[in-house]
Amino acid sequence: MTHHLTFNRRRFLQSAAAGVLAGAAPGRALAAGGLTVGFIYVGPKDDYGYNQAHAEGAAVVKKIPGVTVVEEENVPETVDVEKTMESMINLDGATLLFPTSFGYFSHVLTEAPKFPNVQFRHCGGLWKAGKDPANVGSYFGYIFQGQYLNGVAAGYATKSKKIGFVAAKPIPQVLQNINAFLLGARSVDPAITCQVIFTGEWSLAVKEAEATNALVDQGADVITCHVDSPKVVIQTAAGRGAFVCGYHANQSALAPDKYLTGAEWAWGNVYTDFVKKALAGQPLGNFVRGGLKDGFVKMSPLGPAVLAEARKKFDATLTEMMKPNYVVFKGPLKDNKGAEVIAAGKAYPEDAIELESMGYLVEGVIGSTA
Amino acid sequence: MTVRADERLERSAAAARGGSGAVVELLARRAEPVAIGLIAIGIGLALFSLFLLAVGKSPATFFSLMYVGGFGSWFSLQNSLSRAAPLLLTALCVALPARLGLVVIGGEGALALGGVAAAAAAAPLVNIAAPLPTLFLMAAAAVTVGGLWIGAIGYLRHYRGGNETIASLLAAYIAIALMNQLVEGVLRDPASLNKPSTAPLPPAYWIGKIPGTDVHWGLAIGLIACAVSYVLVEMTTWGFAARIAGGNARAAEVQGLPVGKLIVGFTTLAGGFAGLAGMIEVAAVQGNANASLAAGYGYTGILVSFLARHNPLAIAPIAILLGGIEASGGLIQRRMGLPDATVLVLQGVLFVVILFCETLYGRFRIFNPELWKRDA
Repeated sequence: MTHHLTFNRRRFLQSAAAGVLAGAAPGRALAAGGLTVGFIYVGPKDDYGYNQAHAEGAAVVKKIPGVTVVEEENVPETVDVEKTMESMINLDGATLLFPTSFGYFSHVLTEAPKFPNVQFRHCGGLWKAGKDPANVGSYFGYIFQGQYLNGVAAGYATKSKKIGFVAAKPIPQVLQNINAFLLGARSVDPAITCQVIFTGEWSLAVKEAEATNALVDQGADVITCHVDSPKVVIQTAAGRGAFVCGYHANQSALAPDKYLTGAEWAWGNVYTDFVKKALAGQPLGNFVRGGLKDGFVKMSPLGPAVLAEARKKFDATLTEMMKPNYVVFKGPLKDNKGAEVIAAGKAYPEDAIELESMGYLVEGVIGSTA
Repeated sequence: MTVRADERLERSAAAARGGSGAVVELLARRAEPVAIGLIAIGIGLALFSLFLLAVGKSPATFFSLMYVGGFGSWFSLQNSLSRAAPLLLTALCVALPARLGLVVIGGEGALALGGVAAAAAAAPLVNIAAPLPTLFLMAAAAVTVGGLWIGAIGYLRHYRGGNETIASLLAAYIAIALMNQLVEGVLRDPASLNKPSTAPLPPAYWIGKIPGTDVHWGLAIGLIACAVSYVLVEMTTWGFAARIAGGNARAAEVQGLPVGKLIVGFTTLAGGFAGLAGMIEVAAVQGNANASLAAGYGYTGILVSFLARHNPLAIAPIAILLGGIEASGGLIQRRMGLPDATVLVLQGVLFVVILFCETLYGRFRIFNPELWKRDA
């Protein structure tokens, strides 16, 4: 596990060759003896969303002495990402790579065996011991906890008792967020319902705007989302006068008056931990997960629209969630077709395997997964 | 198109006259597209350098990085070739109909559905058939579906009077939606939780790499397809008839050429190539069909075909050039801190300048032997 740090002769020759080839390249001496870390994003680094959250994490890593960060944005989930990884390894001398998009996982598994001295840590994948290469690992956060808190803020802000969710695809990670948002709101008022609209794509601005408008037209007065870039949803909803809860990154600058709070990734903590371990020659871990209390997820500061009573309940819930054993998904819980999905007395903590395959919308969510 | 026929007659006449004069004339004609292409690329790079200077970056660094990242080493060259492979086939999806005067820009849809068809065909076959026959049947399924998809556009064009450009573009959106529906529905592997995909292809069934390289066989298939298309267009009566029909469909019909069959046939073949690109993505890169299939290869293929002036042989170097620009794009982002869109700006500038330089054809005496005689 420590060999990824050793600056062996082969690596030196490769880096030296790359340096010579790079010729006049200014301002980026390859960190001899240090650690070069590569970050790969599927979309733009300034998307106010998924990719920006990772880029903010990379920016934190950049400040660590002895670490050189190389980044590439808009890399498709095709042979392109395989070649980008190889290019970072061959031309930049990167020995720790963070391919941050879910769809990169199969490509990571293709590349890792070719570069046993390079460590790959992939965001969102399910690394399996014994099956997947040892120099690969996956990390992710229980961000549905943040959506639960979004729901608490939304529960106080809504007057129509209808809240709305613009979602990309009906996959477990998204369904967890929708359900947690509604459950958070119902912890304030059990009469609240949440309308969900799936756009079918991770990034499709026109449909996201249409879905947001449709939700507001149907009476929803607090909107959140799970798409790659929440920018369009936040701006459209706030423009229509609805309150908004953020996702992925802090979008308060887009709607300062209407922004209640947001469920944000805290990748800076996660990446710092990985990089410090790599610098110290410690194992990075192959399956890394965490939530609010582990510092993987954080909340945007509460906006001016959040009133005193809501603040109190929000802070109290957050305090509870920072303690061990807080459970969002617990029985008795029915899906929105009336079938029992979690029996009374049963509780699924955030790392429960059952949550990884969630395929339902809970009672109170209006919408369908198929 | 008639100009071309004249050219041919004249060329054969010149050849019949024999002598070195004929060779010089032929060379002069052949040199025209190369020279104009180089002029266009030179102007494009000069304009782009101004853009770089305007944003305070060094063009010298940019171009040296572009060389390093795209072609400067064996690794970089393979990187460029890998990226060029799918573009060869998607560019043919534009180039073949272009010979009939049709602008088909919906190759992305045929690629997506071809990939899904290949994955669907593989699902039952991997249990009963050996890898090679499975791959052939996957390819057949992909070519059939892609061919039907774009062939239908040709049918609509000829028999229903629809606009093939708009129809093929809109059909691509339908195709991608259909792909998502299938991949997230009936064809979904239940184990693919957070990225709905079809069942993974067992490793033994993958299209491997060309020995000694890190480039998959898709590159060779694409090059063969380009060569076959060149022969079809330039050396067969079908290709000749297609060019005539492209010049003037009504005149071609009057001459008794089966214009409708030519249009449907060429668009079907074009779609088949795009579908095959989808199959190769599934069998050589992704291992299953999912939303990543719609990665924009169909759209970049339009650029490649136009830059190659719809000449199937010219597609290969242009695709590799564009592959190199994309391969070096990453290095440029990393070393110069320029956004990803920078290489798109370069591609856009090149595209506009090359289209603009189309007007230069026939204007240079040196490349046009008929002007020599006129002035002599």
